[in-house]
Amino acid sequence: MADMRPDKHPMPVQDAVIRSHNFGEVALGYSEETAIAEAKRCLNCRHKPCIAGCPVKIHIPEFIQEMSQGNFEAAYQIIARSSALPAVCGRVCPQETQCEGRCVRGIKGEPVAIGRLERFAADWHMTHAETAPQRPASNGHKVAVIGSGPSSLTCAGDLARLGYEVTVFEALHLAGGVLVYGIPEFRLPKSIVQKEIDALIAMGVTIRTNVVIGRTITIDELMQEHGFEAVFIGTGAGLPKFMGIPGENLKGVYSANEFLTRINLMKAYKPDASTPIQQAKKVAVVGGGNVAMDAARCARRLGADVTVIYRRTEAELPARREEVEHAMEEGVVFRFLTNPVSIAGDSNGWVQSVRCQEMTLGEPDASGRRRPVAVEGSESDTEMDCVIMALGTSPNPLIKDTTSGLETTRWGGIVVTEDTGLTSRENVYAGGDAVTGAATVILAMGAGKTAAAAIHDVLKDR
Amino acid sequence: MNTIVCKKVLNPSVTLMEVDAPLVAAKAQPGQFIILRVDENGERIPLTVADYDREKGTVTIIFQVVGATTEKLNRLETGDCIHDFVGPLGRATHTEGLKKVAVVGGGVGCAIAYPVAKKLHQQGAEVHAIVGFRNRDLVVLEDEFARASTRMFPMSDDGSWGEKGLVTDALRRLIESGEQYDEVITIGPLPMMKFVCLLTKEYGIRTIASMNPIMIDGTGMCGGCRLTVGGKTRFACVDGPEFDGHEIDFDEAIARSQTYRAFERHAHEETCNLFKGGDVHG
Repeated sequence: MADMRPDKHPMPVQDAVIRSHNFGEVALGYSEETAIAEAKRCLNCRHKPCIAGCPVKIHIPEFIQEMSQGNFEAAYQIIARSSALPAVCGRVCPQETQCEGRCVRGIKGEPVAIGRLERFAADWHMTHAETAPQRPASNGHKVAVIGSGPSSLTCAGDLARLGYEVTVFEALHLAGGVLVYGIPEFRLPKSIVQKEIDALIAMGVTIRTNVVIGRTITIDELMQEHGFEAVFIGTGAGLPKFMGIPGENLKGVYSANEFLTRINLMKAYKPDASTPIQQAKKVAVVGGGNVAMDAARCARRLGADVTVIYRRTEAELPARREEVEHAMEEGVVFRFLTNPVSIAGDSNGWVQSVRCQEMTLGEPDASGRRRPVAVEGSESDTEMDCVIMALGTSPNPLIKDTTSGLETTRWGGIVVTEDTGLTSRENVYAGGDAVTGAATVILAMGAGKTAAAAIHDVLKDR
Repeated sequence: MNTIVCKKVLNPSVTLMEVDAPLVAAKAQPGQFIILRVDENGERIPLTVADYDREKGTVTIIFQVVGATTEKLNRLETGDCIHDFVGPLGRATHTEGLKKVAVVGGGVGCAIAYPVAKKLHQQGAEVHAIVGFRNRDLVVLEDEFARASTRMFPMSDDGSWGEKGLVTDALRRLIESGEQYDEVITIGPLPMMKFVCLLTKEYGIRTIASMNPIMIDGTGMCGGCRLTVGGKTRFACVDGPEFDGHEIDFDEAIARSQTYRAFERHAHEETCNLFKGGDVHG
């Protein structure tokens, strides 16, 4: 019989005041007792709506039943059949709109804390597992995977499990893509990402860093000269967007990508780091997505007063609710219905102030959200010494420009067949942000999974 | 890991390294750059490809010791390894169809101008190489430039090498004397390139400048290398590093290049002190 407690067992977290000064993980994870108790809230209902809400179709009630018995390794193994990165997803998936959003328990009360349980199982496995993942026998087929973010790692993992010889090509010096350069340590410790990658290497995946596909080697060369029978493009989002307002190239204006890369990949927050970052006092973060929250919370941890500037209201913030709440608890200030119109600099070319105008919400636009409209004569200046633009990205042109016959959309995303991930080029597949534009880790993983299955379909009989 | 197969000190602050990097060497073109990290916790710095040998599989870089990272790099010797070395990045110099070109290089920028001059010269173009240094002690690649150009115009600030004066003095004189260039290509310190571009704009001569802004990934992800070109934001790593010099906002580029100057000066001093302490192996 299920435990009918109406709410989730709370996630223990680091105190907000303390954590706003460190980069240690915010959410501390369930204890074994709490994990078992939370797992007992699952009704194990017949329709299993949660599975339909999961982009990689984890057998959720099945793993939760094992957890409720204290069989944590068994629970992990069930998750691992469907997900290459359980410790990552348990931390960064927007469960409220996916699995948990469909949970029957959520109708009267709170859904089962599926994400927290997934994280617990994955962490338990990482600390207790005695055997490394088995390396399957090779089937002799070679597949190249470009990029090493969530879609690529998923695709690589699924293919490696089936016996493919997979090589992952990463442009940076470290594998992990957005998991290492974008998502901060306090939300996703890099040691966790590294362990997931080490597990793939143990399964036989080769990771080659410092190779820029499109420059160092082209896709055509991978297939014609290096013997890869299929290629998966998981290169992620690309060039950061800016607003096109005066003063955007002053010193002290960053794209969120640059700001986060300096901190997360290059460890600029550590006192002995060789990569610099501005020691800002008053930071404005423009945008309302998860990336904006990450940038704001990083800036806060570097000691700045931080204001998020968003042109719609709190209700329209695209970021996960939990991230917004954490940011607020940590002292990040939000200015809603506000939009920057220009940035002014001092005589040395550093940001000095931001001029913003007030907005109101008008008629719904193409996205279905009410369009923000400027209030005339509402401009005012606020003193700032750093501005971070978190406005999304447009696809990287490198692969498109160097791969003949690869069809892209007007805005530069790679065109694929939805149910296979196949591009306009034979044996070339794509998925993740390179196809969809900026989206979530788990959607990218779903796309990597789809492509892996499609590649297996084509290559298995060769 | 990439092995340094040859290291040459070109002058007291400029060093040449030939690095084993077969994949990069196979593709490198004049005008492109690489990004390297000296050690495991090092920063990523872009350096332009100074030469390459496809058969040997090596790429040559030439750098001036200006900060902590170049100081550490300069401590490496032949046989040592550079931790990360990735490229070639950026677009290659466009040389097709050019018949007569003035290549204007200044200081360590001459190292980058050299492969461009060499390629133009090899394809039969008439190359006027105007190369400037502060004084004769800082001169690099003198013989190489002499070989890669039809005529060479050496300039120095104090007259200790070639003619006393600025590269713009020589360029103006050549243009005034009736030399007709299809294009001027300029590579060097930002203020020098700015004044070369102002000069050629007066005469309406198409001018390409090679930019070397602050960068992290070098593949079009961080946006740190952005410049204003023709009123639009462009990214040096994927749109450049070469741009129409008459369209570049040089004053903005100069300001942006100084973003981390205080940090860099401090880090450089710390690195030097560390080496002086003798507890780090170079």
